[in-house]
Amino acid sequence: MIPSSFTYKRAGSAEEAIDLAAEHGDDAKFLAGGHSLLPLMKLRLAAPEVIIDLGGLRDLSYVTDQGSYVAIGALTRHHDVEHSELLGREVPLLAHAAGQVGDPQIRHRGTIGGSIAHADPASDLPAVLLALDATLVARGADGSREIGIGEFFQGLFETALEPDELLTEIRVPKPASDGWSFQKFTQRAIDWAIVGCAVQDGRVALVNMGGTPLRATAVEAALAGGASPAEAAAHAAEGTSAADDIRATRAYREHLARVLVSRALTEASSRS
Amino acid sequence: MKVDLTVNGKDITADVEDRMLLVHFLRDVADLTATNVGCDTTSCGACTVLLDGESVKSCTVLAAQASGHEVTTVEGLATNGEMHPVQRAFHTEHGLQCGFCTPGMVMAIVSLLKENPSPTEEQVRQGLEGNLCRCTGYHNIVRAALAAADEGKVSA
Repeated sequence: MIPSSFTYKRAGSAEEAIDLAAEHGDDAKFLAGGHSLLPLMKLRLAAPEVIIDLGGLRDLSYVTDQGSYVAIGALTRHHDVEHSELLGREVPLLAHAAGQVGDPQIRHRGTIGGSIAHADPASDLPAVLLALDATLVARGADGSREIGIGEFFQGLFETALEPDELLTEIRVPKPASDGWSFQKFTQRAIDWAIVGCAVQDGRVALVNMGGTPLRATAVEAALAGGASPAEAAAHAAEGTSAADDIRATRAYREHLARVLVSRALTEASSRS
Repeated sequence: MKVDLTVNGKDITADVEDRMLLVHFLRDVADLTATNVGCDTTSCGACTVLLDGESVKSCTVLAAQASGHEVTTVEGLATNGEMHPVQRAFHTEHGLQCGFCTPGMVMAIVSLLKENPSPTEEQVRQGLEGNLCRCTGYHNIVRAALAAADEGKVSA
């Protein structure tokens, strides 16, 4: 399988990438690690006319301590997030979850920013960053702006980014406690989650239970009201709209959500 | 477009389509056909090569993305006719049956041992989660990886 024809442009800087995106508009797509976009292009589910390769923007690959939060460059690879000593210490949920994405080869190429901007509800890191209440930084021709993760995911593969905006940084507040957990259920080790769950400090986020990653607000409300993990987890499917597809029925996904949320809350409370 | 890759230590410059995948560049332009196309969907790992020393699936990388970078295929592992320790371990431990997954398995293990020179069996199995063996011959593949690690002189 090969993608349909396109013109390849390699951006030498973030500014050049944004200029190229402005020049080519909807015909262009940014390419980071390429492990979400290239498979779609090979299946001809995506057919951009211009590919703007961000792979040379090494200055957008970093993990730095900013006091109250950790700043992660959008082009930081899953492998580097997984092995970041700083994230392992300050945000273990994210370091752990990055190590569960795909397989080692995929983690050598895929980036945190690419995963977030692609906005596949079956991806792990969007839900993890929801549970961590992250803030995203997007840069456009007129400068940078911050977007709360809660406003970022607008629909299936749709985000708050403008076509000529580049996601440049992910800011993750340092969690208040060690009360975290990440659970996912897959058919094969490298598959996308049929359902997944990320928990941090009483925030609960779900993978693949709707068109976007979701906060399990009914679970969070029950926890805040003093419910036990098992009682709270019973609310895990409320407000979700999981798909029926070849891997699982909606009812099975709802069952999995309750099971995984229960496991996650139990593990998180044993850590905190 | 013009791409310029270093493959197994050799500079290769070629004019290719922008959409050419790295695996097709290796097989059809560089004439290195050990790297197999298996699933073509980033799942099976048969096309695994090293890009700047790290394992990647070459069916999901554009030749253009690899331009200016170093690629190592299984053909580039032996030095002066001496098999690489991982290749030797596949031989001594019977780490292959039909052989289709073998080039990708070998390259994935070379990368794994570079990152973790003394893995446990569990870590080897986890580290090979991106490589499928259609003969299901995993047991001896894992033994080969552990034997190569024991040899303790793995270098990519």
